Amino acid sequence: MSEKVLMKGNEAIAEAAIRAGCRHYFGYPITPQTELAAYMAKRMPKIGGTFLQAESEIAAINMVYGVAGTGKRVMTSSSSPGVSLKQEGISYIAGADLPALIVNVQRGGPGLGGIQPSQSDYFQATKGGGHGDYHLIVLTPAGVQEMADLTALAFDLADKYRMPAMLLADGTTGQMMEPVVLPEEQIHTVEKPWAVTGTGMKRPHNIINSLYLKPEELEEMNFARFRRYAEIEENEVRYESFLMEDADVCVVAFGIAARVSKNAVVAARAEGIKAGLIRPITVWPFPKKALACAADKVKGFVSVELSMGQMIEDVVLATGNRRPVMLCNRAGGMIPTPDGVLDSIRKMNGGAEL
Amino acid sequence: MRRVFLFCGHYGSGKTNLAVNLACRLKEQGGDVAIADLDIVNPYFRTVDSRDALTERGIDVYGLPFANTNVDLPSLPSEIYGLVQTHRKLAVMDIGGDERGVLALGRFAPYILEENDYEMYFVVNFYRPLTRTPEEALAVFREITEATPLRFTGIVNNSNLGAETTAADVEATVSEAAALADLTGLPLVYTSYSAALSPAPAVPSPMPLRLQKKLF
Repeated sequence: MSEKVLMKGNEAIAEAAIRAGCRHYFGYPITPQTELAAYMAKRMPKIGGTFLQAESEIAAINMVYGVAGTGKRVMTSSSSPGVSLKQEGISYIAGADLPALIVNVQRGGPGLGGIQPSQSDYFQATKGGGHGDYHLIVLTPAGVQEMADLTALAFDLADKYRMPAMLLADGTTGQMMEPVVLPEEQIHTVEKPWAVTGTGMKRPHNIINSLYLKPEELEEMNFARFRRYAEIEENEVRYESFLMEDADVCVVAFGIAARVSKNAVVAARAEGIKAGLIRPITVWPFPKKALACAADKVKGFVSVELSMGQMIEDVVLATGNRRPVMLCNRAGGMIPTPDGVLDSIRKMNGGAEL
Repeated sequence: MRRVFLFCGHYGSGKTNLAVNLACRLKEQGGDVAIADLDIVNPYFRTVDSRDALTERGIDVYGLPFANTNVDLPSLPSEIYGLVQTHRKLAVMDIGGDERGVLALGRFAPYILEENDYEMYFVVNFYRPLTRTPEEALAVFREITEATPLRFTGIVNNSNLGAETTAADVEATVSEAAALADLTGLPLVYTSYSAALSPAPAVPSPMPLRLQKKLF
């Protein structure tokens, strides 16, 4: 039989996390990410791991905070309203410089919103949804294979830079089934001398904390953290460039919106419009340079989003407002169609105001 | 032939697809057919996605009133009582995944048992991560069996890798399906695969599926 298996995106995240060495999962059920927790509930007991359905999202993220302090790979997952509840804990984890994985399988909002797919938590994910100056490394899968691959990568990056990472998925990528080759089992060897694992009376205590009594110290912690962020912006930007070599119109889209957009770009090419696609895989760090380079050549950009237009602000910033940027969007659980995106490409190709 | 056909199995194994295709097949053979979606587990992909294709063919569709909306409410339409109590139509019933999905069948099970004119198929896809082997599939089979008074009557091997499936992928699961039939003491009723597969796989009890969903 084939090495491939047929998985839901949510299941692929769970299995990839296990193979990346994650043995601790804390969560609380919410559609459309429930299969992730259900999969963990079945698998973790068989491999000596912990699956715990906490009494709330807030409890779950604080359990993640606790395990992260011991240096073990740990994760939680939820969907939009649940991720809002986790924000305080995420800020504490960032403030204590701990690695952890948070998965957001987004649904429509605001408020209780709905259960259908959305990308309207982009601001929350990329601009710091909790309080204080911090970032998450935010990865955006556009298919089931990437749900698995980016989960493994997210754990690695979180460990490498000692910070929380987020997988920003959506209801469609969470629910859709595709064949996937699962990543190899990893035995990670990142040294974590800061971890709270018992001193053995051989070293001073490690302390996990985000409280600093002296403002000078807290300022220095912020400066140090942002030096690390600058390094990440330099080294960890990931994106896919599709038919951009000679493009006149650049579509920018991530996740499920990018899959729809790819079809539209191909359709545009078929009718003679030179369209291309830049698909951010990391939305923080955002592929600023790739977009700035594109702005030297294209007539304009189309930002395709399942929101009222959030990433579009980063597109405008990255391109220095040198070219028009048009929004092609649906919201509230609706998905843009390839035809809808194609219409926007045609309009942008025909010329648009800056 | 039996009057009621129930499709159960691990979630994501293809129950909905099989139910929809069987309903069409029964209709083509001249039956008065209704299909009922009892999947209260998965609020995303469901029988009602094929509602237009089914109603065009004259098949009654009893779907969840809130399917594909933002209401995550596991309610079932009252028409399903009519389907199990009046015995007038051929009934194809698409049951939710795993043992939790089967719970929705509870209130209808007494009527189905009393009439005792049903087939209940265990659908398996050996490319699904938690049913990779006959033994793993048997564990799911047992969990479902414990959750309902109804008894399985056959195995459907629906092994596939979605759009990437080849005939060889399906053929490679024939021995697993035979082993599961042995373990459960039940017959292999169908080996199902997309009718678009060319060449068609050489498998026992072939069941080409003509209605397929496509997402992006």
